[in-house]
Amino acid sequence: MMDLSAINPILLLASLMVAATPILLAAIGELVVERAGVLNLGVEGMMITGAVCGFIVTINAGSPLLGFAGAALGGALLALVFGVLTQVLLSNQVATGLALTLFGLGFAALLGQGYIGIKAPVIPKWPVPVLSDIPVIGPILFNHDPVVYLGIAIIASVWAFLGYSRAGLILRAVGENHDAAHALGYHVIRVRLLAIMFGGACAGLGGAYLSLVRVPQWTEGLTAGAGWIALAIVVFASWRPWRLLLGAYLFGGVTVLQLNLQAAGMAIPVAYLSMAPYLATILVLVMMRAGRAPGSLAQSFHASR
Amino acid sequence: MKFKKLLAGTGIALALATGAFAQDKTTVGFVYVGPVGDGGWTYEHDKGRQAVEAHFGDAVETVFVESVPEGPDAERVITQMVLQGADLIFTTSFGYMDATINVAERFPDVKFEHATGYKTADNVAIYNARFYEGRAIQGHIAGQMTESNIVGYIGSYPIPEVIQGINSAFIHAREVNPDVEFRVVWAYTWFDPAKEAEAATVLIEQGADVILQHTDSTAPQAAAQAAGNVVTFGQASDMSEFAPFPRVSSIIDDWAPYYIARTQAVIDGTWESTDTWDGIPEGMVSIGEITEAVPAEVKASAEAMIAAIRAGEYHPFTGPLTRQDGSVWLADGEVASDGDLLGMNFYVEGLTGDIPQ
Amino acid sequence: MIRLEKRTAPSRFWTYAAPLLAVVLTMVCGALVFAALGNDPFVTIRTIFWDPLFSEFSWYYRPQLLIKAAPLVLIAIGLSFGFRAGVWNIGAEGQYILGAICGAAVGLAFYPTESPFIFPLMVMAGALGGWAWAMIPGVLRVRFGTNEILVSLMLVYVAQNLLASMALGALRNPDASGFPGSRNLARYPSATSWINEGAGLHWGVVFALIAVIFAYITLSRHIFGFHVRLSGQSPRAARFAGVNPGLLVLICMGISGTLAGLAGLFEVAGPSGLISIDFNAGYGFTAIIVAFLGRLHPVGILLAAGLMALTYIGGEIAQSNLRLPAAAIQVLQGMLLFFLLAVDVLTHYRIRLTARGVA
Repeated sequence: MMDLSAINPILLLASLMVAATPILLAAIGELVVERAGVLNLGVEGMMITGAVCGFIVTINAGSPLLGFAGAALGGALLALVFGVLTQVLLSNQVATGLALTLFGLGFAALLGQGYIGIKAPVIPKWPVPVLSDIPVIGPILFNHDPVVYLGIAIIASVWAFLGYSRAGLILRAVGENHDAAHALGYHVIRVRLLAIMFGGACAGLGGAYLSLVRVPQWTEGLTAGAGWIALAIVVFASWRPWRLLLGAYLFGGVTVLQLNLQAAGMAIPVAYLSMAPYLATILVLVMMRAGRAPGSLAQSFHASR
Repeated sequence: MKFKKLLAGTGIALALATGAFAQDKTTVGFVYVGPVGDGGWTYEHDKGRQAVEAHFGDAVETVFVESVPEGPDAERVITQMVLQGADLIFTTSFGYMDATINVAERFPDVKFEHATGYKTADNVAIYNARFYEGRAIQGHIAGQMTESNIVGYIGSYPIPEVIQGINSAFIHAREVNPDVEFRVVWAYTWFDPAKEAEAATVLIEQGADVILQHTDSTAPQAAAQAAGNVVTFGQASDMSEFAPFPRVSSIIDDWAPYYIARTQAVIDGTWESTDTWDGIPEGMVSIGEITEAVPAEVKASAEAMIAAIRAGEYHPFTGPLTRQDGSVWLADGEVASDGDLLGMNFYVEGLTGDIPQ
Repeated sequence: MIRLEKRTAPSRFWTYAAPLLAVVLTMVCGALVFAALGNDPFVTIRTIFWDPLFSEFSWYYRPQLLIKAAPLVLIAIGLSFGFRAGVWNIGAEGQYILGAICGAAVGLAFYPTESPFIFPLMVMAGALGGWAWAMIPGVLRVRFGTNEILVSLMLVYVAQNLLASMALGALRNPDASGFPGSRNLARYPSATSWINEGAGLHWGVVFALIAVIFAYITLSRHIFGFHVRLSGQSPRAARFAGVNPGLLVLICMGISGTLAGLAGLFEVAGPSGLISIDFNAGYGFTAIIVAFLGRLHPVGILLAAGLMALTYIGGEIAQSNLRLPAAAIQVLQGMLLFFLLAVDVLTHYRIRLTARGVA
């Protein structure tokens, strides 16, 4: 009954790159935030705010490019609320992040009230010249919309920034031991606020990818839990950028694979297949052993001098 | 238990009080499972509510609460509407069934209407739409539009309503195209754009060039559009943003006529507990415009089928029909009973795969 | 420049005054939002915060507050142990689901027998189910050093799929001709958790109050409470004090899982009545917020849960009476949480105006 030959691995991998993009974008932002020693559990709220901001700007300005910029701005501004609360007013990060999700879901729904049932303009694919004509690799890697490339570019930049730049070093120092960083004269709170806003901007982009490319429409509850998956993938990646890419593809891959197996008539109960991505994540995590979390993660910083 | 009686007593007093008041104004309540902005199931129910307001003007006031979880909160929200003076309350999701019955027991003078369930009482009516009639039209078009002979179907949960749809679409696709095959993917969600998009993409990659969906988001439409040559149908709402292609037609839930009629019955004092299962003939299920992407002769035969169903001349489940396991379900010319359909938990012959249990 | 100066001891005055200030600030900002949406701000605020307690129909709403708050208290109390000790169980939602599934399965297995032993057995099964589900991240952390935040969160999604498959398969009501959902336990006298439905009293409410008292005594009087607090503040010091960190993780996960499982069982056998695909309503996640709002203190949790319950119920009234969108209620709840978290700074810090700012 099962017909596995129907599964085309090239198309599967290509669609995986698209499917992973929203969680990838949100996760890379959160990775920077956590490397700075801040745990923001409000990714879902920032994503959906980005989704609605991006959609509204695109519809009114007619330009998806401006839309994505608006999404990043919306996400960053919402993240700033979190930043002020946790960094300046020293509120608990776990609770504030959860509150941010609640607030963001409601806020986005209010903003989007007049935008239901409208379709966003199509964003054309950007096949990379020459490279996209290479057999096998071309369609997998080089025939996507620009945001897919942007996501990978952000990962590469974050990797270079954290590993090879002075600012990245400072950010990591702040995340590892904020008291020591402060003693060295670094502005802990300023660094963290910037990181938090970057995280919000990335989450916003991820949300906009859903509302402008994947769906492409605005409906309440659009993100449907993608922000939580993004959070999980950061831990999964042990706070390392390229492993994050791997994590997002693995998670997306198992999801796509289970759907493929279903469509091919595999005789495994669907409910158990649907659990597979989550169980696989746990399993890989147990086998790979997570790296150490940044030393000051989720701790409030106050310069007591 | 004494308190329960007290509650019921107050309810009666209250219902009487509002009953007197109802001479000039009737209050109709709606309990929604999703946000009114979901663009699908709840959105269509809310359009029905707005139609009630538009139809009756000042004579009727409507109230609604959205995003009510199907767990313990439903009973409170329904009770609260009664306390507020509602004369008629529509609870628009299957999961509200027991909550509706519980509240109805306590307030015998208030009328309740529960969508898609099966429990009734003296003051609880049930209503649902024969979506499978619309699925027959979709299958009819899909069978002729497909070139790969593979039709993808995104199911939500394996419940009778969804299974009816798959069977109905399949029977009518096979009728016009004996080579057609269905690939069914269960998303285990009613609404999750990312997962629906992935499901659609997977089906397209496996060769499907027609996608039918029983989930509510437009994500499969977008996936089909991106693929270029894949046909889709709107679900729950018209999804006309994707017309004329990939969306070539749609099933629209149109609750307005029913809501208006039932409200009128309460105003007239003629309301009775009924079991309504309406479809194309009554207008509860309507078929969205069949676009020019569909060849003229296919469109004509689809429209003929709609007309036959509307006139009551044709039932989509008419024998001879055989179950997947080869046993006979309906003899030649025999029409499926509503009881069979309501509890449908088997595929018809020709469908592959198992229904998840 | 404004500068914060750490107080040597938390301010007594602000401990009590800060939450009130937060509620007032929420009302002011909420009123602005409601006015912007075209609603009468005063009526809206009154509807949400006042009507459930003191309106014409408060005789109905007051018991409902108990029903809404009970699972939040029960779960949040359990979580507070772990959160104090640095054990991050954010998967209470999954443990809640498993408690409900296991408890309901036991009850349904006995249907339609009537016996006084059925309900206690269900309680045990519910507790066990929640406990076992929490033990997975617990054991993985102790044995393999796996991050419990991630594992417990992933297990929520696994539990949701399991719930759907139970509602559609094993626990489906055989009399329902193919429709999903189990039999109604609230209508099965031996299995229901209701004590007095009209008064909002079910065993979950009773257990929630017991949990508050138990947690209060344990945390303030018992050596275990001391170990929990010590581990959270300084894991090294805790080790010197003879705390076994692995055991502590397991105990904390166990307590939170057990209480979450119990909450699920009491809900499914009472207010909810049956296992359905979407049985869980997010209590497990809301309870995390409640735990922190209550400053991880048992009495604080009780008050925080009450306040959350009030906004839920008041919010529903405002939706149907005033046509306020559900999203506006979420925004209000979000603001309430922001303010409650922000004003805590006044309890622990003194605000000073200085000529020059420091970092």
